[in-house]
Amino acid sequence: MTGTWPLVRLALRRDRVLLPAWIIGLSLMVASSVAATRDLYPTQESLTSAAETINATAALVALYGKVYDPTSLGAISLIKLTAFGAAIVGIVFIFIVIRHTRAEEESGRLELVGAGAVGRAAPLTAALIVSMGASLALGVLAALGIGAAGLAWSGAFAFGVSWALAGIVFSAIAAVAAQVMTSARAAIGVGVAAVGAAYALRAVGDLGAADPGWLSWLSPVGWSQQIRPFAGDRWSIALIPIVATAVLVPIAYSLRARRDLGSGLVPERAGPAQGAIGGVMGLAWRLQRGLFIAWALGSALMGMVLGSVAHTIAGLLNSPQMAAFFEALGGSQGLTTMFLAAEIGILGSLVGAYAIAAASRLRSEETAGHVELLVSTPASRLRWATSHLVFACVGSAIIILITGTAIGIAHGLAIGDVGGQVPRLFAASAGQIPAALVIAGIVMLLFGVAPRLVVGAWGLLVAFIVVGEFGSLWQLPQWVLDLSPFAHSPRLPGGDVEPGQLALLTGIAAVLLAVGLATWRRRDLRP
Amino acid sequence: MNSASSDLVIDARGLVKNFGHTQVLKGLDLQVMRGEVHAFLGPNGAGKTTTLRLLLGLLRSDGGSMSVLGLDPWSQAADLHRRLAYVPGDVALWPGLSGGEVIDLLGRLHGGIDPARRTELLERFELDPTKKARTYSKGNRQKVALVAALATDAELYLLDEPTAGLDPLMEAQFKECVEQLRDDGRSVLLSSHILSEAEVLSDRVSIIRDGSVVETGTLAQLRHLTRTTMSATVARPPEGVETLTGVYEAKLDGDRFTAQVDAHGVAPLLAALSSAGATALVSHPPTLEELFLSHYSETGGAP
Repeated sequence: MTGTWPLVRLALRRDRVLLPAWIIGLSLMVASSVAATRDLYPTQESLTSAAETINATAALVALYGKVYDPTSLGAISLIKLTAFGAAIVGIVFIFIVIRHTRAEEESGRLELVGAGAVGRAAPLTAALIVSMGASLALGVLAALGIGAAGLAWSGAFAFGVSWALAGIVFSAIAAVAAQVMTSARAAIGVGVAAVGAAYALRAVGDLGAADPGWLSWLSPVGWSQQIRPFAGDRWSIALIPIVATAVLVPIAYSLRARRDLGSGLVPERAGPAQGAIGGVMGLAWRLQRGLFIAWALGSALMGMVLGSVAHTIAGLLNSPQMAAFFEALGGSQGLTTMFLAAEIGILGSLVGAYAIAAASRLRSEETAGHVELLVSTPASRLRWATSHLVFACVGSAIIILITGTAIGIAHGLAIGDVGGQVPRLFAASAGQIPAALVIAGIVMLLFGVAPRLVVGAWGLLVAFIVVGEFGSLWQLPQWVLDLSPFAHSPRLPGGDVEPGQLALLTGIAAVLLAVGLATWRRRDLRP
Repeated sequence: MNSASSDLVIDARGLVKNFGHTQVLKGLDLQVMRGEVHAFLGPNGAGKTTTLRLLLGLLRSDGGSMSVLGLDPWSQAADLHRRLAYVPGDVALWPGLSGGEVIDLLGRLHGGIDPARRTELLERFELDPTKKARTYSKGNRQKVALVAALATDAELYLLDEPTAGLDPLMEAQFKECVEQLRDDGRSVLLSSHILSEAEVLSDRVSIIRDGSVVETGTLAQLRHLTRTTMSATVARPPEGVETLTGVYEAKLDGDRFTAQVDAHGVAPLLAALSSAGATALVSHPPTLEELFLSHYSETGGAP
């Protein structure tokens, strides 16, 4: 454990912007949601009926979970942030732990540090101290935000605890993943897959007859949810994630004690002596295929799940007023169509994350020094950049279309109209493509003009999605809402297609890509 | 390009490169002739890698002119790269690719490599091509880049500290390869701070210091400027050596005498030593180390 404190200080120094930004941003999101929801439901009746609508709608329960106390303002105002929020918190802390453990080890920097007066377990301890400390800080700040917005302190702290424990448990999971996998990319992949699995388990569990089903009890996201802030404040549930952490952390330490620096548990296999990679495009496929296949499969799965519950939304509305209310919102279109359009919109925005991940490979290849090796061959800079952009652009489009097709198949099977629903939802999802291209264009522009800021594209995406989800709730001015490319995507199926908007998005994407490529051709290599 | 400079494979004049407010190259001149092995010597941070990156068109110059194989590296990069091979100083490989895959990829980008040559180089450098790049040591990563570059049929080879991670046996193999390139009439620019390597390999040397070339020439020309070190075991103190012109830093430690001598001081010193009853005499020409040190100590204080 020698040397832990200097490493903690090093980690805090490296994360001095990132960590506070996440903690404050997430806390502000909680506080403003609570403040805004209060105005949304002026009477107890409107509150209760909204909560009952959510509980009666399988798709919403799968997405957000149940409102365990339909009379509680706190419970309904935090419904979008309990399960979904715990998952986001989990992903953030997985990134932070891997960043300070396996990523450091892979880059060789840990070797430099490890040769100093530093114990073998010190880097892991330092990473866990930082991420668990930050989880607690996030919990406290979120609770203070809710309390300050005027809700009961007991519920506020129950919510804070639910988030803090999500951060802590996923930090422990990341600590184990960092020992098992040799590359930071793979370790993050395992961690994020764990979050996805936890989210899906509780989605199925929450839909079960029991309250909740047993699958929810297997899920760290489910544990956070079952603390039930503002709906019983069940503090004893907090013991489950604490015990899980107490089990996982020693596992991580014992794995660390058994392996060499730089190695994982899975031994490195030999590769081919002769290479079959034909050129920069082949190399891009090799480097991008894992990400692409994972996203394609994940989107297909997500589309199937959402598509299969879509038709239940209308039937479960037992209150005629609510049905009339939604009917009014959806115009002449049915509730199911509205729901499908909303889901395609959300999944379309999420594909923005894929576009960023794929396009950011340009920057990570440059910082790693791989580009120097490539562009000193006859392969031109333009060809190299294009090879990765193909994945960011065409790849995003394919993933979006896969999502639409999967929703169409599942929904079609459910209502017995596969032949009609597949083309309908395939076409509907195609409307999301231009916005994804804009996101890829933003990354390319940053890469050309200000390569160090490429990582900022993630912040922009989060801002676009948050503004899209909460912007009207917070009553932001229209021009702010219009900044997000997703605001200009058609709401399909059901809505109108505005060819002008789609052409505008595509045009903006083309300009961003062209300017980015042109500046990249003319700038210094900046590893 | 006009015919007068066609025997120059690299012709850089007055190169300037700034990184922010720091001027890394301050009017650097570098000429490499066709068919020669040219050593580019300088300490860490002198600007060797920056110069090579400019010559490759990876960086854009802020001043001066350069032509490599008669082409402008910035605007004609792809045409130029077809005719040269490069080994970066810090070789970074894709961790998930095997060494063989990287060699073949880089080879294909160059328009294909000779399989026999590839096999020969792999054996010569004792490199296992099936290992993933993640598991290679620094020296082995360097070997991957070296094999890829040497297996390429190029007119000009730019090698940035190519032996930095190699053990002495591999260094010897590398020297043979470079000699082979010279015999084939290829041109090599080889940056290094390992002076013995340049001494053995190079036809001409350019010494870079703090962003500009301070000396260029053949080793013989450069040695002309410096002093031979002589040491002798003597029976009695040699007389009058301090007053001899061309003899510097004469020292007597017990019966061991050492001094540094200019060309014209050799004969008088030998006479003085022989009358002092010298029983053993060792004389060696200056190593590049000494060349180097004399350059840095003379103007060491300058920024």
